[in-house]
Amino acid sequence: MTETTTRQVTFDVRRYEPGTDAEPHWESHRIDVLPGMTVLDGLWKVKELSAPSLAWRSSCRMGICGSCGMLINGRPRLACNTQIAELKSDVVAVAPLPNFSIIKDLVPDLRPMFETHRELMPYLIRDDVEEQDDPTREYWQTPHELEHYLQFSYCIKCGCCMAACPTVATDPQYAGPMPLGQAQRYDADSRDGGFAQRREALSGGRGPWRCHFAGECSQVCPKGVDPAKAIQLMKGEMVADLLRLRKRRAPAPLVEPPKGPRREEIPAAPERTVTEA
Amino acid sequence: MQTRARPNRLGIRGWVVGGRWGFERYLYTLHRLSGLGLLAYFVMHIFVTSTRAIGPESWDQAMSAVSGPLFAVGEYLVFAAFAFHAVNGIRLGAIELGFAVGRPIEPVYPYETSVGRQRRLARAVLMIAFVVAVWGGLDFFAWK
Repeated sequence: MTETTTRQVTFDVRRYEPGTDAEPHWESHRIDVLPGMTVLDGLWKVKELSAPSLAWRSSCRMGICGSCGMLINGRPRLACNTQIAELKSDVVAVAPLPNFSIIKDLVPDLRPMFETHRELMPYLIRDDVEEQDDPTREYWQTPHELEHYLQFSYCIKCGCCMAACPTVATDPQYAGPMPLGQAQRYDADSRDGGFAQRREALSGGRGPWRCHFAGECSQVCPKGVDPAKAIQLMKGEMVADLLRLRKRRAPAPLVEPPKGPRREEIPAAPERTVTEA
Repeated sequence: MQTRARPNRLGIRGWVVGGRWGFERYLYTLHRLSGLGLLAYFVMHIFVTSTRAIGPESWDQAMSAVSGPLFAVGEYLVFAAFAFHAVNGIRLGAIELGFAVGRPIEPVYPYETSVGRQRRLARAVLMIAFVVAVWGGLDFFAWK
């Protein structure tokens, strides 16, 4: 039998209005909660009933876009991916992700994270730039080689790992779990040849050596990306490289497309959507 | 558009206040605190032993100043901090070389993380540190 009874839950929401509030403050809202409601649903209800100016980011409602990362009952989570029932509490405390500046209410300023992410070159680095701009063939990669980085490629850049990291909390220089995990995602890709360039970009206090495996980034990651693992593997690669034990490999070569007619069950590639200027 | 964002970095609270965190987070904090304790002891140790260069009287004076029961307990705490910091340091060194964290895997819910994978090693570290600390405690206080 499906349970349809409602219960009352208090939403304690951290509010901050720039230009008006000197400090963030807590605001309490009592709402009716139905089984299956997520924290994001609860926030919409609070906004609808009693706090119309409450601000947060959200989009997909299904744990894909990474917009609604928040500190929920003391732990960074995605609001859309967290059922109120699973919190097992009559109080839901929602605050913006820590370690990011607050733009308004529950909206963190994620720009520093994205800037660092960009600086660590999260893309394939190869000499054949023309081929990448205008691909004619595929790069050769085995399923086994894919496994070296596939887990890290599931990152949705929600920032939960950055909010949970105790080193990010104290050290503004440290790149943090998300950018480092994504640097390793490309370092581990057999099609990439940018290890040396990223190693240079990671020199000094921003690199992986500031990580001391508190492990919180991996514990809170809503997608199972395990940034702590990526960072430790990156360190191992760096040490191996220093000792000249790292296997040096050329980026994966291009392969000729298979000859003969296309198999019927494989659809044709879509038309190009970007045309030459 | 200029955003007047309010800083919200946790600072020292980020690693001192554990909150609703996991086992390894506390090991991280304990490792730092024990490291700072050892550093403080090291500075004090250099200061005390340097009095020997001034003369025997200064040395005797310094030694009598640090010979009370409070300092005996303090010395034991330094030993216990050393036991934990050394054994946990070996765990961290191994992990930082990529051991005990496993290979990248397909993330299937419920997710298995590197943290869970090395948990047995972390428990073993605590056990060894505990045994060494107890053995040191007996040597400090009971067997003398």
